[in-house]
Amino acid sequence: MSESMSIEDTAPEPLAVSAAEPSGLRPPEEERWFDDEAGPVVRLFSMTRGRVRPAEEGLFDLISLIRAVDQVELFGAEHALEPEQHAILRLCRDEPLSVAELGSYTDLPVSVVRVLLGDLHETGLISVIRPVPLAQLPDERLLRDVINGLRAL
Amino acid sequence: MASVHSDTPSCGDPDKAGGLRSAAGSPWGAVALKILVAGGFGAGKTTLVGAVSEIRPLRTEEQLSELGRPVDDTAGIEAKRTTTVAMDFGRIDLRPGLALYLFGTPGQDRFWFVWDELAQGALGALVLADTRRLADCFPSVDFFEQRGIPFVIAVNCFEGTETYAPEDVREALDLDPGVPVLLCDARRREDGKELLIRLVEHVATRR
Ligand SMILES: Nc1nc2c(ncn2[C@@H]2O[C@H](COP(=O)(O)OP(=O)(O)O)[C@@H](O)[C@H]2O)c(=O)[nH]1
Ligand SMILES: [Mg+2]
Repeated sequence: MSESMSIEDTAPEPLAVSAAEPSGLRPPEEERWFDDEAGPVVRLFSMTRGRVRPAEEGLFDLISLIRAVDQVELFGAEHALEPEQHAILRLCRDEPLSVAELGSYTDLPVSVVRVLLGDLHETGLISVIRPVPLAQLPDERLLRDVINGLRAL
Repeated sequence: MASVHSDTPSCGDPDKAGGLRSAAGSPWGAVALKILVAGGFGAGKTTLVGAVSEIRPLRTEEQLSELGRPVDDTAGIEAKRTTTVAMDFGRIDLRPGLALYLFGTPGQDRFWFVWDELAQGALGALVLADTRRLADCFPSVDFFEQRGIPFVIAVNCFEGTETYAPEDVREALDLDPGVPVLLCDARRREDGKELLIRLVEHVATRR
């Protein structure tokens, strides 16, 4: 492969987030037919319950902005959440973060983040801003804002 | 007409940066934009994204089945070997509630569908050209031309390489006269800024 920094044909790396978490909810036999190497994959599978797409496709663009709704604790829905979903909620509690950033900070593949976000969205624990549909003609004022912002850096 | 959130604060806000939280009005005036950084292997994509970003460069990964497509339901857990496509990206906070994300595109040969996803809704692209291997950026140029995505060519001037006039590069790449061609050092933040400004100005002229 040409681009060694960017492309790897490997199994996913062990997940920092999941490593320390108890896995008490899963019966151990569920994991038996996998060797050690498959561990992270099993964890990804369990986390997403095998789903690879969120219910609402297209909602979670790489730059869709995600924010935990205020006072998550009032909902009581968080009991059923995966540790990774708690991590996501913590990350975007104070400030919206893009789907891409959530993937990077949790060390999870974006496809997995999308599934986890789909659950959080259905439970009403996050709100989402989709990116501006630029179509062919981005708004002139927006472009001026971008140029001014760049000049001011 | 592209729709922009009507509560977007007007430009010239002196209180720039500070994350997406403090958008004037509701925090949900937040707008995220995306610019792609493309070019051949070693052209300086990751370097440029890092030089111009305010956060440390981040990486995110898409997992693919061995067929080179996003994993589907049948792949399930049996798909022990997955291909991971990593994307470097960075973020620039332009003013409260307005963030610009820069995405370095992954290798050009196998991952066109990732490019398609990245390109969707992109404001435009910087195509980095290394004059020692100019042909390496042909696929990027073709890609953005075909999709009507505005781009500028950034000729990355590595030391010890012959310096080319922008017009020579334009000719070699057979570019439309309107496409800006600029010389840069991808490691310099000021150069990255200038490239982005020229790109957005170029986008504005195409309205
Ligand atoms: N001299 C010089 N080196 C550069 C420049 N831009 C990138 N590099 C170096 O070239 C190598 C490849 O750059 P990188 O950003 O990883 O390329 P990518 O494959 O396009 O992401 C790295 O070692 C950089 O430090 C530049 O403008 N001048
Ligand atoms: Mg790179």
